[in-house]
Amino acid sequence: MWVSNILIGLVRLLVGASPRWTGSTPSRAQRIYFANHSSHIDTVALWSALPAELRASTRPVAAADYWNKGAIRRYLALKGLNAIFIERTRSDPSVDPLRPLVEALERGDSLIIFPEGTRQMQALPGPFKAGLFNLAMKFPDAQLIPVYLENLHRCMPKGSILPVPLICTVRFGAEFRRIADESKESFLERARGAIVELA
Amino acid sequence: MTAQDKFFWLMGGIVAILVIASIAGRLIGLRVSGESGLAVVANLKARVRAWWIMMAIFAVAFLLGKLATIVLFALVSFFALREFLTLTPTRAGDYRALSVAFFVLIPVQYYLISIGWYALFSIFIPVYGFLLLPSLSVLIQDTESFLERTAKIQWAVMVAIYCISHVPALLLLDIPLYEGQNALLLFYLLLVVQMSDVLQYVFGKLFGKTKIAPVVSPSKTVEGFVGGAAGATLIGAAMWWITPFTPWQAAGMAFVVVLMGFLGGLVMSAVKRSLGAKDWGAMIKGHGGMMDRMDSVSFAAPVFFHFTRYFFTP
Repeated sequence: MWVSNILIGLVRLLVGASPRWTGSTPSRAQRIYFANHSSHIDTVALWSALPAELRASTRPVAAADYWNKGAIRRYLALKGLNAIFIERTRSDPSVDPLRPLVEALERGDSLIIFPEGTRQMQALPGPFKAGLFNLAMKFPDAQLIPVYLENLHRCMPKGSILPVPLICTVRFGAEFRRIADESKESFLERARGAIVELA
Repeated sequence: MTAQDKFFWLMGGIVAILVIASIAGRLIGLRVSGESGLAVVANLKARVRAWWIMMAIFAVAFLLGKLATIVLFALVSFFALREFLTLTPTRAGDYRALSVAFFVLIPVQYYLISIGWYALFSIFIPVYGFLLLPSLSVLIQDTESFLERTAKIQWAVMVAIYCISHVPALLLLDIPLYEGQNALLLFYLLLVVQMSDVLQYVFGKLFGKTKIAPVVSPSKTVEGFVGGAAGATLIGAAMWWITPFTPWQAAGMAFVVVLMGFLGGLVMSAVKRSLGAKDWGAMIKGHGGMMDRMDSVSFAAPVFFHFTRYFFTP
């Protein structure tokens, strides 16, 4: 897809986004990549750091209130990134916001999610929301891979339009293991710790 | 000989040297054993391979002409600046200054070269860039290490944009009886700088004993410097036929280039260390980053430019 290639080319020119795999290697196994979220280019950066043959089946989860707004953003998200939209504000309580994600996982796709739910203008991630835990429990066979995006909070501080070109390395860590009967809070704190450890 | 003939002779010579270097790498690789030996050979091979690629890129740019060369060096500045600023601790308040450095200063500086406006090219960054960058940051009102942040950005811009832009600026000079051959002068500068780097490394490995500045750069030795400087000066003198210089003048110019390149390597190494890094980046395999290759060039280019301009243009 040419839109994808343009997005990837731009991101590489601006921030490099070269991958560094420590503790895990690229694999076709179903995975949920979870990463710290500090800028609008996080999604593209992580996605383009994956090998091309994995990108087709790895779907970034994008906030609907940002990416589904306006024809250009929607086009980039859907055609360029093959993204899945998630509603961050629940308008109808009977609808599970994780529904589209669950459907993608049921189809066998891998996901890229940012469990903080919103951008943090700092090097380390803030507290995680429950989505990652719920998906991890529902799909016990999907591998959970922590990813740390370095430097991107410096590239695009709040209110900026163009990213400043600073080199960002995308660090993939070792698979994050589930512990039987672990509480949600402890799971999320450990998951956050797994990213902090990569920083 | 026309400029074209000289260019092809030059290319032929460099390709021959690289072929020899590639074969030597193979042969040494077959003989060496032991972990550190193999690591040195692997590094050597990676360097030679990177040389082939760099050489090919430069050759294509030269064949395509002036504009391609200017665009090429604008990209070199872009990547060098990106490496420098990645290692520099900046804050959110520096965002505007950083954006301007990348998206305004680089294009304008190289545009000035392309239209041949020497007077503005030579002061644009030291005067207007210098004053503009802190002015952009001050409005954010973040005074936390304001001077340090501003100074580091100004340094990055001076080295990565201003100094490096003096390489393609050689195309601007009107040297009598040398019309249309300036691209060769540019090649000459790069060749002498890089030969000096390589020969200093080789002489240092073979005879190096007395370290010059072990804290800043453990690999630089007196023996390496003397051997490398003498070798590169000789090569520079022997290449006089692609320059507007006589053989003696070429030796003198080559020596200036070698000396500035040496100082550039040392200074940039100290800068890198003070920023807490070993390599500037990992862009060029075996060489570290763009800035690791351009450190000596960035110091040699402005001085070579001004010496040539002062002594050889009317």
